Amino acid sequence: MQDTKSPKGLTRRELLSRATAAGASFVIGAGYVAGRDAAWATEMNAMKPESFATLAQMARDIYPHDQVADQYYAAAIKGYDTQEQAEMAEAGLGKLNTLAREMKGSDYIDIGWEADRVEVLRAMQDDPFFQTVRGGLVTGLYNQKEIWPIFGYEGESYSQGGYINRGFDDIAWIG
Amino acid sequence: MAAPFDKTDDSVVVIIGTGAGGGTLANELAQKGISVVALEAGGRYLPQDFLNDEWDSFGQLAWTDMRTTSGDWRVAKDFSNLPSWIVKAVGGTTTHWAGASLRFQDHEWKALTNYGALEGANLLDWPIDGAEMASWYDKAEKKMNVTGTNDNPRLPGNNNYKVFSAGAKNVGYQEFHTGNMAINSRDDQDRMMCQQTGFCFQGCKWGAKWSTAYTEIPEGEATGNLEVREKAHVARIVHDDSGKVTGVEYLDENGDMHMQAARIVCVAGNSMESPRLLLNSASTMFPDGLANSSGQVGRNYMRHLTGSVYGIFDKPVRMYRGTTMAGIIQDEAKHDPSRGFVGGYELETLSLGLPFMAAFLDPGAWGREFTTALDHYENMAGMWIVGEDMPQETNRITLSDAEDQWGLKVANVHYSDHTNDVAMRNHAYDRGMAIYDSVGATRTLPTPPYPSTHNLGTNRMSENAADGVVNKWGQTHDIANLFVSDGSQFTTGAAENPTLTIVALAIRQADHIAREMSAGNL
Repeated sequence: MQDTKSPKGLTRRELLSRATAAGASFVIGAGYVAGRDAAWATEMNAMKPESFATLAQMARDIYPHDQVADQYYAAAIKGYDTQEQAEMAEAGLGKLNTLAREMKGSDYIDIGWEADRVEVLRAMQDDPFFQTVRGGLVTGLYNQKEIWPIFGYEGESYSQGGYINRGFDDIAWIG
Repeated sequence: MAAPFDKTDDSVVVIIGTGAGGGTLANELAQKGISVVALEAGGRYLPQDFLNDEWDSFGQLAWTDMRTTSGDWRVAKDFSNLPSWIVKAVGGTTTHWAGASLRFQDHEWKALTNYGALEGANLLDWPIDGAEMASWYDKAEKKMNVTGTNDNPRLPGNNNYKVFSAGAKNVGYQEFHTGNMAINSRDDQDRMMCQQTGFCFQGCKWGAKWSTAYTEIPEGEATGNLEVREKAHVARIVHDDSGKVTGVEYLDENGDMHMQAARIVCVAGNSMESPRLLLNSASTMFPDGLANSSGQVGRNYMRHLTGSVYGIFDKPVRMYRGTTMAGIIQDEAKHDPSRGFVGGYELETLSLGLPFMAAFLDPGAWGREFTTALDHYENMAGMWIVGEDMPQETNRITLSDAEDQWGLKVANVHYSDHTNDVAMRNHAYDRGMAIYDSVGATRTLPTPPYPSTHNLGTNRMSENAADGVVNKWGQTHDIANLFVSDGSQFTTGAAENPTLTIVALAIRQADHIAREMSAGNL
């Protein structure tokens, strides 16, 4: 994603040593959110790191693809980390956490099982915040060209002369 | 006088819209030496401009001006301001269409006679029939270089077609092939043959698919008799005290209003914009809108019942490779009421790229039931259902309270399924799933209709002025020098993709207009 270097020039070891775990997938530090393996990190512009990690988890739980790495979910929601969007996102995530504590006794990101988190999301799915996040992900996630190969989608083909000589009819398992 | 024409030149024919109907009519009239000003709301994009990218292309070509929706169709919930997926550009939706070019079946011209009166349906016979249209279809197929006609070979089948046709054979269907497609299967008419690129919906970058944008329009312009004004959005058609139309008012891209005088006005803005324009042109003399003495302007909106079926297999298909819609099964297109509905449907191959599959497979859905289907995108095959939906008076275009960027009232599109539509769609879903099951699908996904691409009716053709808006020439019953030249003329929708019929009607209408002009009747 956008920040392949760790924030503020931290080494991977330093980054991990200064961060605290958030849920199963993320670590959060002062002004940044990173993957547990520190393979990616993104600096916060307007959102609280805890909130961004929660939103990234929510994004994965809405459209879970086990073969798609967290960094793509983080990229898909990065647009909320702006002065214009952050307040709305923080308020929505506040509601999500309130609901999570009522239903499951902990903040959303600390609910261990996906099925339990999904129960919380189901209870919230008619909320405008949920619908905004879900709707945004349809393009924010699936229109990232980097993930298309994971799904076996090849994208643009004109520059390669189409498929007339590249297997438009190469299906082998049908007569 | 040669193009460009003066705005005060009242000898010109003004055509509103440059798609299958308007673009064809413009060229046909220009070829006959008639002066034409074509006003197109969109800009001009040619093959070199088209984009092999679903969302970027949508941003480039789609009509995204405000519209509103109502009715029980799911599009009103999932895409409330996007009832249709059609194009705002020179060439109209012929840039986006997939190329399927089918003639109506004879019985479909006479739906009321052959289906009988159905409760809730506003069926009517067309005032023309298959015999009348045969020679015009011949001309249209020749113009569009349709495969399977005029010795044009059919296209080769792609991966998606191979799954589709194997299934068709397994379930006992007889009539299936790669279709009658207005896509070159060999280099011809100065256009290349299909390169199996996919992205037919995004504009053909090879120009292999017929589109008025790079066939009819430049041919017409080359005569010196056709002027196309781009980014010219018509706001109103105006008339004189005798009730004859005298010109149109349009906005340029800066929002400045212009008036173009006209001897004849032809409306070809698609079934949402054409009735909207007639309704927005209401005056003291015509308080209910132009050509609306029947009250039928905007009514009987049809969209084909549509729907898709996707099948997931345990091995790759890569359905997106190659011509998008080169595959058809016609066994269910017949009228056979023993199936529990009147009329019939075609099954045609279809694929979407991953971004549009995510948007349209099950709009609003989320969670693993949804994402596990997308996980197997590479192993998917897809087909589209195109069936005859029933015209209903209450399915209609009206003026909404909402306004567009020009302050003009927008179209509200109201649609609810007829029980016949539901019965036919369910039948088609069952057959589609059976086709894929027969070749080993591990999961099948009946998919709801997308925003409409086949927009029909709303200014329908009728023998009697009380029953419809235009006569058998597309000339409005009420105003002799006002014509409708697009799919909104359709009395009923038939089961076939409509473009070939729209083009055939436009060629025929051009002949009529020229004859009437020569005779001094127009």
